[in-house]
Amino acid sequence: MSDAVSALNGQRASGLVDLADAGPMGMITLRGDLGLLGGALGSVLGLSAPELRRVVSGEKGQVLWMSPDELLVVLPYAEAPGVAAALEAALAGQFATVAVVSDARALIRVSGAQARDVLAKLMPIDFADFAVGELRRSRLAQVAAAVWRDSADEWSVVCFRSVAGYAFEALATVAQPGGEVGLYH
Amino acid sequence: MSHRLGTGGRLIDRARPMDFTFNGKSMRGYAGDSLGAALLGAGQVLVGRSFKYHRPRGIVASGAEEPNALVGLGEGQRFEPNQRVTTTELFSGLKAVSQNHWPSLEFDVGAVNAKLWRFFPAGFYYKTFISPRPLWKHVYEPIIRRSAGLGKAPDAETRDADRYEQLYAYCDVIVAGGGVAGLKAARQAADEGKRVILTEQNPHFGGRAVVDGIEVEGQAAEDWVKAQVAALQAMPNVTVLDRTMVSGVYDHGYVLAYQRVADHTPGAEKPRHRLWRVRAGQVISATGAIERPLSFAGNDIPGVMLASAIRDFVVNYAVSPGKKVAIVTNNDDAYRTALALHAVGVTVPAVIDARKEVTGDLPAKARAAGIRVIEDCAVRYVEGGKSVTGVQLCRFNSDGGAVIETLACDALGMSGGWSPVVHLWSHCGGKLTWDEGRALFRPDANRPPLGHDGQGFVTCVGASNGEFDDEGEAAMLPVWLMPAQASYELRAKAWLDPQNDVKVSDVQLAAKEGYASVEHTKRYTTLGMATDQGKLSNINGLAILSDALGQPIPQTGTTTFRPPYTPISIGAIGGEARGGIFQPLRKTPIYDWHMAQGAYWEPVGHWRRPYCYPKTGETHGDAVKREINQVRKSVGLLDASTLGKIIVKGPDAGRFMDMLYTNMMSNLKVGKCRYGLMCNENGFLSDDGVVARLSEDTFLCHTTSGGADRIHGWMEDWLQCEWWDWKVHVVNLTEQYAQIAVVGPNARKVIEKVGADFDLSAESFPFMDWKEGKIGGIEARAFRISFSGELSYEIAVPASKGQAFWDKLMAAGAEFGVMPYGTEALHVMRAEKGFIMIGDETDGTVIPQDLGLNWAISKKKEDFLGKRGMEREAMVSPDRWQLVGLETLDGSVLPDGALAPLPGKNDNGQQETQGRVTSTYFSPTLGKGIAMGIVHNGPKRMGEVIQFQSAAGGTVAARIVDPCFYDKAGEKQNV
Repeated sequence: MSDAVSALNGQRASGLVDLADAGPMGMITLRGDLGLLGGALGSVLGLSAPELRRVVSGEKGQVLWMSPDELLVVLPYAEAPGVAAALEAALAGQFATVAVVSDARALIRVSGAQARDVLAKLMPIDFADFAVGELRRSRLAQVAAAVWRDSADEWSVVCFRSVAGYAFEALATVAQPGGEVGLYH
Repeated sequence: MSHRLGTGGRLIDRARPMDFTFNGKSMRGYAGDSLGAALLGAGQVLVGRSFKYHRPRGIVASGAEEPNALVGLGEGQRFEPNQRVTTTELFSGLKAVSQNHWPSLEFDVGAVNAKLWRFFPAGFYYKTFISPRPLWKHVYEPIIRRSAGLGKAPDAETRDADRYEQLYAYCDVIVAGGGVAGLKAARQAADEGKRVILTEQNPHFGGRAVVDGIEVEGQAAEDWVKAQVAALQAMPNVTVLDRTMVSGVYDHGYVLAYQRVADHTPGAEKPRHRLWRVRAGQVISATGAIERPLSFAGNDIPGVMLASAIRDFVVNYAVSPGKKVAIVTNNDDAYRTALALHAVGVTVPAVIDARKEVTGDLPAKARAAGIRVIEDCAVRYVEGGKSVTGVQLCRFNSDGGAVIETLACDALGMSGGWSPVVHLWSHCGGKLTWDEGRALFRPDANRPPLGHDGQGFVTCVGASNGEFDDEGEAAMLPVWLMPAQASYELRAKAWLDPQNDVKVSDVQLAAKEGYASVEHTKRYTTLGMATDQGKLSNINGLAILSDALGQPIPQTGTTTFRPPYTPISIGAIGGEARGGIFQPLRKTPIYDWHMAQGAYWEPVGHWRRPYCYPKTGETHGDAVKREINQVRKSVGLLDASTLGKIIVKGPDAGRFMDMLYTNMMSNLKVGKCRYGLMCNENGFLSDDGVVARLSEDTFLCHTTSGGADRIHGWMEDWLQCEWWDWKVHVVNLTEQYAQIAVVGPNARKVIEKVGADFDLSAESFPFMDWKEGKIGGIEARAFRISFSGELSYEIAVPASKGQAFWDKLMAAGAEFGVMPYGTEALHVMRAEKGFIMIGDETDGTVIPQDLGLNWAISKKKEDFLGKRGMEREAMVSPDRWQLVGLETLDGSVLPDGALAPLPGKNDNGQQETQGRVTSTYFSPTLGKGIAMGIVHNGPKRMGEVIQFQSAAGGTVAARIVDPCFYDKAGEKQNV
C-alpha cells in the first residue's frame, strides 16, 4: 500500500500571509439537482447542499457550491472512496453523478490578516463583503481556482493538481514582504 | 540662469541634501525635489535635444505634460529611458543621462539639421523616401531610426531587477485627482457611504490650490487639503493612494490605475509598480487642467516655460528659472506667476499681455507691486541659443516686422490659457464641446461615455470640467499665434510640439497640401505623436489647422484620446508573470522524476512532457532510437498522464456519445474499449481517442493531451446550450489519474511481477478490454490499448500514487531492461504503425475520410456532429488529398511539411502542388526514413514515385506506399 502524495508535498511559505499545502484531501464531485444531492448528503454525511456561492461545514467535512448543478465535498483523503460509494448508493436510480476527484486537485491554505490583499493581487474578486462560509469560483492569475473563507483570517484555495506549483509560487511571489497594500482592513 | 532661492519651498527639506549626477556631473538637490527642480536648482537649464532637429531643449512644464525633459534613468538592470524629470522624485545617488544627442548634450553634430530646417518640412519622410520602394526597408528606415531615436532601449542582456504586481479592486466611485475638486468629490461620495478610491498621481495632494495659496471654505488651501486627506484616510470606506495615476478608463467602468510604489526608493524590497485593475461604478475625473503654451518664434529655447510651471518651481521647491523672468500672457492667471516671482525677490522685467486693455484684479496687484505691464504686445522673437538672453517685442496685431523693444531676461513664462484634462472623459467615448468664452474644449455633459445601463459613468469636476475659480479675472483673449499676423519667417520658428519639432508653418503646409482631417494632419506632421501625446501641443495645433482651413475650431475637432494618460511600465502590465510563473506549467505526478532523469522537455499545451531521456553523451536522436528499440525488443514506460479523461454519465449518455463521435458508441459493451473520432459541425476532424464503457450509463472518453479542456468545454457547450434536456453529466477527470503505458513484448511480465489481483492473460484480458483491480497494492484501471503496435497496458492510478506506481514498475522492469520513453519515441512508433496524430495529420481542414478512417464513420447513425458537413460537395469530391505512406527512394527523411510540387501555377500565381508531408521520422525499426502525407488521389497511386521539396532546396523522390509500415496484421499488439 502506497501513501498518497499531494502535488505540493507539504510545501509551506511565509510572507504577508502564511501559505501551506493542505496535503492529500478527499474530494468528491457531485452533479445533479442540488435538492436531490442535498438529500443524499444529509443521509450520508449529515450535511446539506449549500446556497449559491456558499460552503456548508460539518464535522465530517465541507460541501462547496460549484455551479447550479455541481457540488464538491471536501473530507479526509482516506474517506473519499467510502463516502463516494455511500453517496452513489443513496442516489441510485436517480440522475446524478458521483466522482472521486481527491487526486485531481491541490488545496492551499492561506492565513493571516492580509490574506484578502494577497488574494486580490491574483484573483479578480471583490473581497469586501466576503463572509466566512462564502466561496467564489474564479481564477488565480492564469489558472482556474476557487477560494473560500474558513474563518476571519483563514482561506482555502483549490486549483488543479498539475498547476499546484504555479499557484503556490504565484501566491508566494505576491505575498513577499514589502508588497503590503492595505486595501482590505 | 536658473537657481535655488535662499528660503522657501513647501515640499523640500533643506536639512536633507541629496547628491545625484546628470550626464556624470555631480549635483545636489534636496529631499522632496523632483529631478526637474533639482536640475534647475543646480543651474542646469539645457536637459535634452529635440527629436528631429536636435535643438537644445529645457524644462517647459512641472508635471506629466512635460514634453522635453526626458532622461535615461538608472543603470544596468535598472536603466529606464524616457523618464520625465518633472515627475521623477529625487533620491540620493540618482543617475540621469540626457537623450538624443551625439556626441554630447552641449555639442551635438545632429544639430546641423536645424541649419537645414527648410529641407525638413511637414511630411518630409513621406516625400523624400517614398521611392524607390525597396530602399525603404534596408536603407532609409535603419538610417532614420538610428538618427531619430529618443531614449535608448535597455541593454538586451540585462534583466529588470525589480518586481511588479497587480491588484484587483472594486469600488462605487474612483476619483482621479487629489486637488480641491477631487478631494471634495471623494469626501462627498465617502460621506454618502460609498466605497471610494481616491488617486493622486503626485506624491502630494492639493493640485494648484496649494501652490496658488487660495482659500478653500474659509481655510488656507494647504490646511484644508491636509485636513481633508487625513479625514479621508481615516474613513473605512475610502482608499487613498498617492503616486497613483488613473491611466485609462475602459468599458463598463474598468479602470487602470498605475501606482509607483517604489520609484523613489530604488532597491527597496518592494514591488516597484503596482497596476490597480479597478471595477468602478462611477469614475470622477478631477484631473485639472494644463496650461497652454503660446506660439511665438523661439518659444522652444531653454528657459521658455509655462507660467504655471514657474510658479510650481518657485513655491514648491524654491527654484527660479532665472534672475530676470519676463511673462507673456493672454489672461489674468499668469499674473500669479509674476507676483510669486516678485514675492521671492526675482526680477520681473515686464508682463507682456496680448490684450488691448488689461483690467483684472491680478494685473492690478502686479501693477501695485511695481511690475510693468505692457498691453497689446507680443513676443516677436526669443533671443538666445541654449538659454534665453532676451525677448524682442512687437505689437500683437502685426506681422512682427517692427520691433518695439528688446527686453533683457534669462527666462520667459508663457500662458495661453488652460485646457481641461479631458482624457478620462474621452477614453470611453465622452464627447467634448467648445467653450467659446475660455477658448477650450470641455466635457459635454449631455454626451458622456455610457455604461452597461446606457447611463454615463464618468463625471468631470473642477478644472477638468472647464470650471475655474477665476472670480475677478478679466476675460482672456484667444491667441493661437503671436504676433497675430506673424510672417512666415516667424511662423517657421514658432514651435507647437517641441519634442517632435512641429512648427506652426508645418501644420499650415499640411493644410495647404490637403490634410483637412486633424487625425491625418497629426500623422503627417507628427504633431502630438511624441511621448507627451500632445498634452501641450494639440489644442494650439488644431487651432492653427482650423485657421488654415478657414473653419471654426469645433469643426476641426480633436484627435482621439487614448489610454494610457502617460506611459506605464511594461513591468506593471506583466505584473507577477515573469520568471518561473511567466506562464502556468502543468506537471504530471511523475514530473520530478523525469526532471531528475535529465529529461529533454517538449511543451504540449501548458504541459511539459519528456521528449526523450538522453543519457550522458547521447544525442536526442540516439536517445529516441534507443528508447524505441528497447520498447520493440522488451519493454518501456510512458507517462501518459496528460491524456484527457472525461466521464460521460447519465441515462442519455449513449445517445450523447453517438452524437459526439462519428462512430457508434452506444453499442460498446461494458468492459470494452473502442477508438473513436470527434468532428466539429463542419465535419473536420477535431479529436480522437479510446472510449471505455465503465458501466451501463457511464463512458470514459480519452482525448488528446492538448484537447482535454477544449473537448470538455465542447461537451458542456452542447449539453448546456443545445441538448439541455438530455440527462447527461460530464466530469473532467484528466488530473485525477496518473496514467502509465507499459509497452513491449515483456509488458505483461513486468505487471505480473508488480502483482495484479486480476488475471492479465490474453484469454481473460484480451486486446481492447479494460479491467479494474489492484496492481502492486494500488487501485488501478488497466486498458489493453496500444498506440505503438506492441503488447501494451495503459494503467490509470490515483495521481497521488502515480510516482509510487511508476517506481514499482521501474523496479519490476529492471530485469527486462525497462526504460522510460518520451513523446518522440511515441510519435515514431505510432507513425511506424500508420496511426494518425491530431495536429500532424489534421490541421482543421481534414475530414476523417481524407485519412482513410471511413471505417470509423457510422453509416447507420441518423446523425452525429459533422455528418452533414461531410456531405457537402467539397467534402465528397474525388479530388481531395488523402493519406498515404511515403518512402524516399534513398532512405532519407523527408522534410516536415514538404509539398509535392507539380508544373504550372494556380489561379493565385502559386506553384501547383499535389500533396504534402504530415509526419516524417527516421524509423529505427526499419532503418530508414518513413513518412505520412496527404496526396491527391493517393490511395489509388500505390507504388507511384512523386517528387517532394527537399531540405536542400531541390526535390527528393518518394514512393507512395501503405501508411502502415510495421506489423500490418496487428499480431504483436494482440497477444
